[in-house]
Amino acid sequence: MTAAAAKRQPFAAIAEFASAAELYHAAEKVRDKGYRFWDVHSPFPIHGMNKAMGLGKSQLGYIIFCGGFTGFATAVALEFIPSSFLYPLIVHGKPVSFFTVPAFFPIMFELTVLLSAFTAFFGVFVLNRQPRFNHPLFDYKAFERVTRDAFFLVIESVDPRFSETGTVELLTEIGGKAATLIYEND
Amino acid sequence: MAETQVSAPNMVPFEERMPRPPLVENNRSMAWITDLIAGIPESKTPRWWFIAIAITGSAAAFGVFCILYLLFTGVGVWGNNIPVGWAFGITNFVFWIGIGHAGTLISAILLLTRQKWRTAVNRSAEAMTLFAVMCAAIFPGIHVGRIWMAWFLAPVPNPNWIWPNFRSPLMWDVFAVSTYFTVSVLFWFLGLVPDLATLRDRARSQVGKVVYAILALGWRGGNRQWRHYEMAYLVLAGISTPLVLSVHSTVSFDFATSVLPGWHTTIFPPYFVAGAIFGGFAMVLTLLLPARSIYKLHDVITWNHIDVMCKIILLTGSIVGYAYTMEFFVAYYGANPYERFAFINRYFGPFWWASWSMFTCNVIMPQLFWVRAFRRNLITVFFVCMCVNAGMWFERFVIFVISLHRDFLPSSWGMYYPTWVDIWTFIGTIGIFVTLFLLFIRFLPMVAMSEVRSVLPEADPHHEPDVPHTDPTIDEVGEAHA
Repeated sequence: MTAAAAKRQPFAAIAEFASAAELYHAAEKVRDKGYRFWDVHSPFPIHGMNKAMGLGKSQLGYIIFCGGFTGFATAVALEFIPSSFLYPLIVHGKPVSFFTVPAFFPIMFELTVLLSAFTAFFGVFVLNRQPRFNHPLFDYKAFERVTRDAFFLVIESVDPRFSETGTVELLTEIGGKAATLIYEND
Repeated sequence: MAETQVSAPNMVPFEERMPRPPLVENNRSMAWITDLIAGIPESKTPRWWFIAIAITGSAAAFGVFCILYLLFTGVGVWGNNIPVGWAFGITNFVFWIGIGHAGTLISAILLLTRQKWRTAVNRSAEAMTLFAVMCAAIFPGIHVGRIWMAWFLAPVPNPNWIWPNFRSPLMWDVFAVSTYFTVSVLFWFLGLVPDLATLRDRARSQVGKVVYAILALGWRGGNRQWRHYEMAYLVLAGISTPLVLSVHSTVSFDFATSVLPGWHTTIFPPYFVAGAIFGGFAMVLTLLLPARSIYKLHDVITWNHIDVMCKIILLTGSIVGYAYTMEFFVAYYGANPYERFAFINRYFGPFWWASWSMFTCNVIMPQLFWVRAFRRNLITVFFVCMCVNAGMWFERFVIFVISLHRDFLPSSWGMYYPTWVDIWTFIGTIGIFVTLFLLFIRFLPMVAMSEVRSVLPEADPHHEPDVPHTDPTIDEVGEAHA
């Protein structure tokens, strides 16, 4: 088993931390060491962790803005083209010109919201590379508890600073328990 | 800075002098909360659940039968007539859509205002929103009479090349309600993903493993995931906030833009929104109080949570009471004889019993919540909530039916009597609603575990166990020292 494992390419080094506070401080140290391909895993979003990991704000907001604007533009086209050009409906003798725009506001608002929401929902999963059902972390038994009360720090082997012994030692040094290597899926 | 604190002890932060009550009582750990909440769908189905779903399922089935009877026979099986063309159908529609608003308020507006207590109740309130909007969506559909023409509501050219009238409030309503439902589903499911991952990781049966794994979309709880996730959640909350306020405003436009006395008022949008939140919170408590007792969720949904929701009911109930009174006053002060008559007829006409039930249930009963003891007693809280549930249904009945049955011309006055189909269709939707909620609490985590974990004291990355204060200048009694 160990001989076979040794031949395989490690996916990452992983260690468990006792609390959100310990994970936070460990993340600061890993950040300062200059690692780039790593992540912390926790059962809830930890406040301030983006800063501890040296990550900026999520770019998702800009994508959602584009989605919302598309919704707005769709509503403008959807309402004006039929109501002013294709089939102007005269109801109660009211005008059908461009200046009836306030009556179009509610649908513009609704479609802006609708497409923003779709963009937010699908955007988050695109950025998170989800769904992905076969991640190597799922083969690590202890990782099951990450959705319960466990905290993990994972440094991936694609990181240029990764070394099979050095990274595991680093994780132990910064307070990680049961630091070990995990391997790619067979 | 330190000198200022010495000279003025009041500079000690308020939270240090008067700590907030904990959101989760008895210092429960993350593991304990996970076991409690995830344990509900994992445990054996209890007998009461089968009995309950048999009852509500039968009601739902009979409701579906009534709907089919309506569709195969025609709208004549309802009590609707001329002049009362909108009666139970629209009353039920607005009643259900209003119920949903509390869920979105809890999940969106309370998120933006950082009300952390929302975490204990948001999941079930959002689920309630979905089920209520589903019940609501039935009614406009079946009310069109010729159900096979319902697609005329969609903005596509029909065979005669007639487009829908985008300037009509009814068309706004189609967009508002369908957007509201879609956004609520997305918001709810996004919130569920981390908790579905919990169920996936705990599942013992093969079916459970596969189903929850697919639904969890491979969630790993990495901060690189949480980062985008939190942004998506925040933006959804941000766009849901104006959405929830707009939905019931748009619903109220259906009436406010008409010329009928009793409908044609500018107070309708805020009045409808406040009423929706009011009725929705009552329904949240109606569903949660039994669930809390049955599943022993007392440490998660504490008396403080119930207390705070009772206060919201008191506030919104008082706003509604103000609206009722102000409508009456403006009818008197506005010197429009038709408007005056509409309001005299409302409280002293043939449907006086509906108006007075509405006023008693919605305005007088919630005033009990001024008293702390009543906000912390299961029986009074449940009783008031049931009053509000009934009262809010009567409110819609009063606005729609009473205004319609006697309008401008006495020669066109009429009366309205519901038929058994009307009544049983409404009971049927209650059955559908409760059945869906029972299925929800059976198969999905009814409390947002990941969110409750995040409001525990140890979730704070600067939390130090057994150290009462992080600020060394403040001692045990909260006084600053030199």
